[in-house]
Amino acid sequence: MLAALATGSAGAGEIPPAEIPPSEIPPAERRSSFDGMSPDIQAMQRDADANPGLLWLQDGADLWSTAPAPDRPACAGCHGEAATAMRGVAARYPTWDEATAAPIDLQGRINACRRRHQGAEPYAYESRELLGLTAYVAAQSAGLPITTPADARLGSARSAGRALFTRRMGQLGLSCAACHDGNHGRRLGAALIPQGHPTGYPLYRLEWQGLGSVQRRLRNCMTGMRAEPFAYGAPEFVALERYLMDRAAPLPMETPAVRP
Amino acid sequence: MARTLINVPKAATAGEVVTIKTLISHPMETGFRPGADGRIRPRDIITDFTCLYDGEPVFRAELFPAAAANPYLTFTLRATRTGTLTFTWRGDNGFVQTETATLTVT
Repeated sequence: MLAALATGSAGAGEIPPAEIPPSEIPPAERRSSFDGMSPDIQAMQRDADANPGLLWLQDGADLWSTAPAPDRPACAGCHGEAATAMRGVAARYPTWDEATAAPIDLQGRINACRRRHQGAEPYAYESRELLGLTAYVAAQSAGLPITTPADARLGSARSAGRALFTRRMGQLGLSCAACHDGNHGRRLGAALIPQGHPTGYPLYRLEWQGLGSVQRRLRNCMTGMRAEPFAYGAPEFVALERYLMDRAAPLPMETPAVRP
Repeated sequence: MARTLINVPKAATAGEVVTIKTLISHPMETGFRPGADGRIRPRDIITDFTCLYDGEPVFRAELFPAAAANPYLTFTLRATRTGTLTFTWRGDNGFVQTETATLTVT
């Protein structure tokens, strides 16, 4: 017993090499965490009268058609009807932004649009306005499969996202892949470990008692890993989002989803 | 004005038991949680919900700090006549919101 303990402690000082399963989840085996939820919460998401995310969608619909200033166009002024103009948009984001020559996610695009075309201040991350507008745009893609844009300029974001996903970080020495590639379907305490597909963001999380973005979820996970979370809007998050969307295709979009 | 979602069946037959669903956007701050500055955030909850059917109370609920944010209340009533359903939420800090819907009985 003592000998075993001694042997055990001898190797404790060294950081073990990354033992990440190299294979990603094959497309046919990708599952939304919707499937692992209790029937009650599934019903809450499906029911158009019980899904609290729809309250934010009402805000988003108003913002879509409201001009930020009398001499500036509303979103609808350039894009028209969201139901047609925004259909399928969220399913292909993050995408490439020509103006900054960098990848940009949906929240970033909305704020960039506000600054460039509406002459307005960008919304704060996790503000009711930004979440509402993002959810409203993303909800126009509900039911459509997530697609992976073939833009070669997104290649570096994809590989950076993959590297972040598999890199051990934080005091617990975990990586995203350690749970979501290697141990999905098993339990962490009482919680089912999902495959980690961002199909329904911004989503209503019962734990949050409100709507939250994918970045809030990622920051949550990083805190749980005892890693220092990236700031909202950090390029690391955009790269991770790009990789996660590639990894989730072709699952259908579910915005606004409900999660425990 | 808080956002609400109310579902009343489009039409009902006389004597039919119908399900009414209501959802309102409200933080339901318990009064027990500290804010970012360490001070306790004052309680801000909905305390009372009533539904009137042509002025007659048909459903009433009292809410307490344990209720989750954005309270969802669903109940049934017997449709007897075409009439107006009036939903009123009352709460702390003088919060009052009233919404109406028409129940059509054929």
